[in-house]
Amino acid sequence: MACGPRSARTISRKSTHHPKPEKKTEKMQMFRRTRDGGVSVWLPPGEATLLRTLVVPVLDLLGETGRPGETGRPPTPGDTADDLDRLLAEAVDAVEGTEAPSIPDDPVLARLLPDAYQEDPEAAGEFRKYTESSLREAKKYFAQTLLDTLPPSGGRVRLTGDQARDWMRALNDVRLMFGVRLEVTEDFEEQLASLAPDDPKVAAFEVYGWLGAVQESLVRALDR
Amino acid sequence: MSVAPAELDRPLSADETVPDKPWMTIVWNDPVNLMSYVTYVFEHVFGYPRPKAEKLMLDVHHKGKAVVAVGTREAMEHNVEVLHGYGLWATVRQDH
Repeated sequence: MACGPRSARTISRKSTHHPKPEKKTEKMQMFRRTRDGGVSVWLPPGEATLLRTLVVPVLDLLGETGRPGETGRPPTPGDTADDLDRLLAEAVDAVEGTEAPSIPDDPVLARLLPDAYQEDPEAAGEFRKYTESSLREAKKYFAQTLLDTLPPSGGRVRLTGDQARDWMRALNDVRLMFGVRLEVTEDFEEQLASLAPDDPKVAAFEVYGWLGAVQESLVRALDR
Repeated sequence: MSVAPAELDRPLSADETVPDKPWMTIVWNDPVNLMSYVTYVFEHVFGYPRPKAEKLMLDVHHKGKAVVAVGTREAMEHNVEVLHGYGLWATVRQDH
């Protein structure tokens, strides 16, 4: 597991090595708990745009099967809310004996939608058959909540407790995507420090660090 | 979650005929999830008091995995589905 970064002010390499406060107006504030059980934060325009551009690929990826030779199932409107329809569809699938799917080949999807049974592929496949599509829908819903509540050009974000928990999970999925792609370890700051300054991965590691700080701030605000 | 029709075709294994072996929800360590976040999830999902949630989080962190809940297979599968929603790496296993 990873320790939380000390602050959200880690986005530029400069500030990592010289942790002096920079121009106040351009940096995100920490999330604060509001009286109604929600949270509030102020996001500069650049960071709002950055968040949006990071969440969209997760949303896109969740719409793909991540398995060769298969196309994504077309989205069904109202799928998330309608549990009865989902149960009926699952029951029909079961009667028709649909083959149990295996874990997605795409390593990010495999991490977002992991096997529920480690030493029992048959049980893992059965579990996946009945839960994977609803887990995908749930994760898409969390990502969509973040996109829907994020002001296009930044500014004050006010979230209810439920929306804040959706943000927390959406941020975590984005961090998992980065974690898999960058092959991060628990000492990601050491990984970052060991990269040559002109390594193209430096920016991605810094964004990953910033996301961790944002999530840490949100968790702390909710946990109060 | 499993629904009743799924169970009809599936032969019961020897393990499943023994009712007294409990099922477990296991959470595995991973390098991405924040310690504070995992603690929060254990508190929020299971309703564990802070000290218990923190102890389980540290067990996952130091030992590589921890049993975070014990009960019926259905309940453990439900836990795992919820934990996957939070991005934790969780699995179900029956006690040997």
